[in-house]
Amino acid sequence: MEFTEDQILRYSRHILLPEVGGEGQERLLNAKVVLVGAGGLGSPVGYYLAAAGVGTIGVIDNDRVEISNLQRQIAHNSSRIGVLKADSAKETYETLNHDVNVVTHKERLTSANIKNIIKDYDIVVDGSDNFPTRYLVNDACVMLKKTLISAAVFRFEGQLMSIYPGDGPCYRCLFEIPPPPGMVPSCQEAGILGAVTGVIGTLQATEVIKAILGIGEPLKGKLLLWNALDMSFRTVKVPKNRECPVCGEHPTIKELIDYEHFCSMSH
Amino acid sequence: MGVKVRIPTPLQKLTNGKAEVECSAKNIAELVDALEKDYPGIKERLSEGGKVRRFINIYVNDEDIRFVNKEETVLKDGDNISIVPAIAGGRLKNEVERLGT
Ligand SMILES: [Zn+2]
Repeated sequence: MEFTEDQILRYSRHILLPEVGGEGQERLLNAKVVLVGAGGLGSPVGYYLAAAGVGTIGVIDNDRVEISNLQRQIAHNSSRIGVLKADSAKETYETLNHDVNVVTHKERLTSANIKNIIKDYDIVVDGSDNFPTRYLVNDACVMLKKTLISAAVFRFEGQLMSIYPGDGPCYRCLFEIPPPPGMVPSCQEAGILGAVTGVIGTLQATEVIKAILGIGEPLKGKLLLWNALDMSFRTVKVPKNRECPVCGEHPTIKELIDYEHFCSMSH
Repeated sequence: MGVKVRIPTPLQKLTNGKAEVECSAKNIAELVDALEKDYPGIKERLSEGGKVRRFINIYVNDEDIRFVNKEETVLKDGDNISIVPAIAGGRLKNEVERLGT
């Protein structure tokens, strides 16, 4: 691949890194990454992937921008209120970098559409804001053997883990089942410091870029826990669970469980 | 002496906002009981029928007790215990409403 003069300048700080170089930059330009959600986490992930020149970025989101999103969802802005987040993110990322093609998927993920949507991507980034989607994405990635960079935030805390199906634990190895509705904190507790999503989303983007380049140690078999209030970063071990219902030795989940089904099961 | 326990945000309501508490216990089952004595209500949030709930993990230093000796995992002075629940981010309002339907 021949870089244009503009590309050599645009990516010069990458190309200067021996771990990236021209070859790594080419790999980034050829990579296909899909974001589940263009919200608090998806916004910064997509921003840094677009800046890095990740050539194809899928955005799965069927929500519209609301003013209360703008405290943290930096892919959007005040002039985009009412616009579909996928379209808003596409405009932001493609304006930042014309090398990037943003593919919008303006639908809610379900067991019926998820495999078809994610099958053409190399890496899936989960920044979803609810448990049913989080488990659906994990199970689909295990079944299709897609690398999954999974993160979540709550108030002042964040969690991050990289999942390489067939080579390490999955999200269900970590937390076998989602909490039942009664155990989910109420809406009043569900605040989030905007910058916390920026920190965790940027860590998530870093894991994506490392995975594309094949450099460093992925956060595989480990869960990163970050707390903004005491600025503590900790990692704990996540062994592969032989009894995991989706990636264990005798999986009991062989078909995707979707939102409504999930609900009725938890009753 | 004893162990230090990191309390996750969703449970800090029960610990008067404290993110870390100290406790004295020989194993995880005792630890849960000791926490319940100081912070009533926490046992039910953490466990059901003597077993830690499946969407909450407890780590002794960086080891998940499920892969050590579960609720019987032995504690020693100076251990750092972390209670880590599954979290899922922002959309809890609609989430709760939708899950209720
Ligand atoms: Zn698993």
